[in-house]
Amino acid sequence: MTVHNLYIFDRNGSCLHYGEWNRKKEAGISKDEEFKLMYGMLFSIRSFCSKMSPLDMKDGFLSFQTSKYKLHYYETPTGIKIIMNTDLGVPNARDILHQIYSTLYVEYIVKNPLCVLGEQLSSDLFSTRLDLYIRALPFFSPRAA
Amino acid sequence: LCRECKRLTILNSELFTLTYGALVTQLCKDYENDEEVNKQLDKMGYNIGVRLIEDFLARSSVGRCQDFRETADVIAKVAFKMYLGITPSVTNWSPAGDEFSLILESNPLVDFVELPDNHSTLVYSNLLCGVLRGALEMVQMAVDVKFAQDSLRGDNVTEIRMKFIKRIEENLPAGDE
Repeated sequence: MTVHNLYIFDRNGSCLHYGEWNRKKEAGISKDEEFKLMYGMLFSIRSFCSKMSPLDMKDGFLSFQTSKYKLHYYETPTGIKIIMNTDLGVPNARDILHQIYSTLYVEYIVKNPLCVLGEQLSSDLFSTRLDLYIRALPFFSPRAA
Repeated sequence: LCRECKRLTILNSELFTLTYGALVTQLCKDYENDEEVNKQLDKMGYNIGVRLIEDFLARSSVGRCQDFRETADVIAKVAFKMYLGITPSVTNWSPAGDEFSLILESNPLVDFVELPDNHSTLVYSNLLCGVLRGALEMVQMAVDVKFAQDSLRGDNVTEIRMKFIKRIEENLPAGDE
């Protein structure tokens, strides 16, 4: 079981942070294009889910999976979006993504007056802590199952 | 310091009141004009609000509000309680449901404060208006916030009037179709 990579976007679509732990295949496009693609796809899929929902929607889009990996999605009312790709052994990562938001993003970025919001995060403290947090997850191992 | 210990740390409220008072006093010295000080307090409050909302969402388990009435309740019962330890009452709804008042019986910012006569147009707690405006803007609501009554300026209670202006729509970043 493993975590492949993680993206954090803000409400304007800027990619604030990207972390990679176990990615075997690249997307074949530049990082900027990859972030735009990820954000654009999520925007469309959320809109699709809410439009086509046969019932009143509660949380909206949560995750999708293929035969090889699962993409988990978490969004705050302020538009901060956290996306984590894991292998298929991870059932539900919403709590973890909420933890990343509340104990890492809010504590180390929002509460740091020197961190400018809306730009790519340059806080070493945040990167290190996030890395430690991911590596400490119960389903993380350096190699995919 | 573990998360639980952090939550239980209580800031001395006098230190908070004195700090705020020092801030307003310094602004008055720097700008020498009540209107300008009011504007600066609002601006500072706005910058606090855009960050405070993230802390609020992280600590409370409140999700998106369905309508402005729910927003009013969350502001009065959860947010004010969490940050200032007071629970204002929500009253005076406009018929269209887009405007309401928060009535504050007490205000920790103004403990022991008296406004001198030469500062009769100073809105001492204007920081709060900015905070509310900044916080709500980050959850896609444009609002207008101002003090309708102020106990520091002779009214019986302190009343904050909040008006919903419009919903801020989420946009795709420029350059995509």
